[in-house]
Amino acid sequence: MRFEALADALLADSIRVGAIALDREHAIAMAGDLLVAGGRTTPDYTGQMIDALVEHGPYMVIAPGIALVHGRPSEAVLETGLSLVTLAQPVQFGNAANDPVRLVIGLCAFDHSSHLGLMQELATFLMNDGYVNSLLNAVDSEQIRELF
Amino acid sequence: MKIIAVCGMGIGTSVLLKMNAEKVLRQLELDATVEATSVDIARASRDAQIILTTPDLVPQLQGLPSEIIAIEHFFDLEEITEKLSKSLL
Repeated sequence: MRFEALADALLADSIRVGAIALDREHAIAMAGDLLVAGGRTTPDYTGQMIDALVEHGPYMVIAPGIALVHGRPSEAVLETGLSLVTLAQPVQFGNAANDPVRLVIGLCAFDHSSHLGLMQELATFLMNDGYVNSLLNAVDSEQIRELF
Repeated sequence: MKIIAVCGMGIGTSVLLKMNAEKVLRQLELDATVEATSVDIARASRDAQIILTTPDLVPQLQGLPSEIIAIEHFFDLEEITEKLSKSLL
């Protein structure tokens, strides 16, 4: 299966493999910095991602070990995109059902609708345990991009 | 029947939940639309029969006339099927 929208949204510059995060805020900041590195957001967006955690709690841990971290569409979003961090050491987000987190996916959406095709591909990809395991075991960003 | 999927911002988590809930509803042969929305917008709406969300957001949605269903694992179609069937069938 090909994941063209994922390949377009997730640049090699926005992937970090085997990162060490001190805590959940650090993990989210890394995902935000990688969106900036890929030219998708300004640094303000990273702050908005952390604000979402403060405001709404750790609801973004959507499945065992997987966090989808994002802010809302704003001037800080230059283009819809994704970033991805695999963590060398799992991090506690405080989500009772799905902690600890091993995979952090950063998302920025330019508006409320243009990323829906991308979300469909992301859901299909993440629902496949084989793909998720390959992603977690990848040793560099190229191995991850080859999965798309 | 109107169902809303709710997350903090209405663009990420809730969109994934909406997609999988619609998949389950089709399998159950139920005719319902699912809208993805933010907590703030959900709190101001009164017309949804069911609110789908995550356990962490339930306290922020209390007091609305809708039934709240908390989904723990968004990619577990069995969990979504079981909880939606209990409410709708």
